[in-house]
Amino acid sequence: MQILLENSSVAGIDQFDVYRQHGGYASVEKMLTMAPNDIVEAVKKSGLRGRGGAGFSTGMKWSFLDQKSGKPKYLVCNADEGEPGTFKDRYFMERLPHRLIEGLIVSSYALGVNTAYIYVRGELSWIITQLEDAIAEAKSHGFLGSKILGSEFSLEIYVHPGAGAYICGEESALLESLEGKRGYPRIKPPFPAIAGLYGCPTVVNNVETLAAVPWIVMHGGEAYAAIGIGKSTGTKLISACGNIRKPGVYEIALGLPVEEFIYSDSYCGGLLEGRTLKALIAGGSSVPILPAHLATTTAAGEPRLMTYESLFEGGFESGTMLGSGGFIVLDDKACIVRNTWNFARFYHHESCGQCSPCREGTGWLEKVLERIEHGHGRTEDIDLLVEIAKKIEGKTICAFGDAAAWPIASAIRHFRDEFIEHVSLAKDHV
Amino acid sequence: MPKFSLALLDKVQQIIRRYPEGKQKSALLPILHLAQQEFGGWLSPETMDYVASLLGLVPIEVYEVATFYTMFNMTPTGKFVFQICHTGPCCLVGSEKIISYIETKLGIKAGETTPDGLFTLKRVECLASCGTAPVMQLGKKYVEHLTEEKIDSLIEELRTHADFIRK
Ligand SMILES: Cc1cc2nc3c(=O)[nH]c(=O)nc-3n(C[C@H](O)[C@H](O)[C@H](O)COP(=O)(O)O)c2cc1C
Ligand code: SF4
Ligand code: FES
Repeated sequence: MQILLENSSVAGIDQFDVYRQHGGYASVEKMLTMAPNDIVEAVKKSGLRGRGGAGFSTGMKWSFLDQKSGKPKYLVCNADEGEPGTFKDRYFMERLPHRLIEGLIVSSYALGVNTAYIYVRGELSWIITQLEDAIAEAKSHGFLGSKILGSEFSLEIYVHPGAGAYICGEESALLESLEGKRGYPRIKPPFPAIAGLYGCPTVVNNVETLAAVPWIVMHGGEAYAAIGIGKSTGTKLISACGNIRKPGVYEIALGLPVEEFIYSDSYCGGLLEGRTLKALIAGGSSVPILPAHLATTTAAGEPRLMTYESLFEGGFESGTMLGSGGFIVLDDKACIVRNTWNFARFYHHESCGQCSPCREGTGWLEKVLERIEHGHGRTEDIDLLVEIAKKIEGKTICAFGDAAAWPIASAIRHFRDEFIEHVSLAKDHV
Repeated sequence: MPKFSLALLDKVQQIIRRYPEGKQKSALLPILHLAQQEFGGWLSPETMDYVASLLGLVPIEVYEVATFYTMFNMTPTGKFVFQICHTGPCCLVGSEKIISYIETKLGIKAGETTPDGLFTLKRVECLASCGTAPVMQLGKKYVEHLTEEKIDSLIEELRTHADFIRK
C-alpha cells in the first residue's frame, strides 16, 4: 500500500516539475475550494495519529490550537529524527521533499498559520538544502509565499537546522532550541497549542504526519480511515534494521502481521542464513523489547499485528509500542546485556540534565550495566537496575525519563536469565 | 577577531529575517553552523564572541548554547573528522569492529587526532542511518555500509587530497 511513498521511485520526483506532473500540489488547489475547518474535520475523520512516536490524534491536536489569542500561530514540523532505529523521515525527505512542503501548506491553511518552520537535525545537511530548494521552487510557482495561487492565504516556510541533541526531538525542547536556547524540555502545561513558539499557539507535528495530509485532502478522511484496523488507520513508514536480510524503509497498511513483516521478502526478508529471531524492538530504542515468542504472537496466542493496539496488547508485562516505527531485529547471536548497556549509555549521554532522577539515574544505569557486561556484575545488580528504572519512570519533566527506563526494565523482565548468566559466568559471550 | 565576508554577512541577515522581529536569537544555531564552517571547523571563544555581537547577545548566551550541542566543536579538530555511530542498531551490525579497525589503522583512540592533524576519530550517537550501518558522518556527507576496504580507500583518498591541497 503506497500513500506516502507513491511515486517515490520516479526519477527526478524531488524536482518541482516532475512532482507536479505526477499530481503534486493538487491538494493545494483543492484546499482553496474548502473552508479551513473542513480540512481539520477531514483529518479528524481520517483517524490519523501522530507518527513521531506518541500516536496522539492529529485532528484532536489541531482542534486544541488556540484560535482566539490574537497572537500569531505557528506550525512546526519535527524532522529531528534521532530515536535509535528510526530513519524513515530522512528517507522520505530525501525522496519526496515537495510532498512535505505540500503537507505543510495544506496543514497551515487548515490551522490558519502563516509561518511554519521545519526543524531538521543538523547532520542531515543535504536534506536541508533539498528542502530549501523545494521551498524556492514552490514559491516561484505561486504555491507558497504571499497570496498563494491568487488567494488571500499567505505562508512562509523556513528550514531550521538542529545541532546534534536527541532531546531536541521532544517537542518543547525543540521549541526552546528553535528560540536559540539549550534544548531543555518545558514543564507542561501549558501545552504548545496554547503557548508554544515565542509563547504563541503552536502545533508540532512529525514529518510523516504532515506528509499524510495531502492524500487525506484529496481522497477524504473516510478513505484514509478505511485503511488499517480499528483505531490504527492508514499507513505507516517502518524503518527496519538490525540482523535482517533487507534493512530499509517500508510503507505498510497498519494491521500487517509482525511475522509477515519480518519474514516476507516484500519487507525485512527474514534473518540471515542459519540465524533465528531472538528479540524485537518494534518502535525505536525507547519502547520495551520483546522476546521472539511475544514479538510475533501476543501472550494470549493471537498473531501480533503492526497496530498501536496489538503491539501494546498485554501492556508492559508482555507488550510494547509502535512508537516511531524504528523496527530493530536481534538474532540469536546478539547479546541482550550488551544492547541494553549500549542504550543506557545513549540515554545517559543524551539526558539534558534538568531533572535529577533522569540525570543521575541514567548515569547509574549505565555504570551498573557496564560492569555486568564486563564481567564485574553482582547478583544484586539486576534488581538494582529494576529499582533505578522505577525511580526514573514517571518522575521527570519530560517523557525522556520513561524512554530511558522502559528498555532496561523490559530487557530484565524478559531476559533475566541472560543477565544472571553474565553475572555468574562473569564473561561476555559475544 | 574573526569576521565574515560581505556575502556571508548578507546571508546572516537573511537568516535573521526568517524569525519575527526581536527574535533574532533564533538565528543562533544556523549562524553557529556557518561560523564553525568558516572559521576552521571549531568555535573558538573569539568566534563565539563575534557571533554574539552579530546577534546582539551577551557572549555567555552563546557559550551556554554552543556547549549544549554535540555538532559544535569546542576545541580544534583534525582536517577530516570521522564521526562513527556507535548506538545499538549500528552496534548489532559491526560498528565496534569498524571503530577498532580505524583506531589501529590511524594509531589513535576515539576522541583523538592524528599527529599530522589530518584525522580525528569520534564516536557519535544514532545518525538516522541504521539501515545502512555501519555509518560515519564525514563533513557534510554520510559514508554508509562501512567496511574495512572502504575505510582503507577513504583514508587513502583523503591523504592524497590533503597532499594535493598542500602543493
Ligand atoms: C525524548 C523524545 C524524543 C523525541 N524525538 C522525536 C523525533 O525525533 N521526531 C518526532 O517527530 N517526534 C519526537 N518526539 C515526539 C515529540 O515530542 C512530539 O510528540 C511529536 O513531534 C508530535 O508530532 P506527531 O503528533 O505528529 O507525532 C520525541 C519525544 C521524546 C520524549
Ligand atoms: S527527563 Fe531527562 S531529558 Fe527530560 S527534562 Fe528531565 S533531565 Fe531532561
Ligand atoms: S544506530 Fe547508528 S545510525 Fe542509527
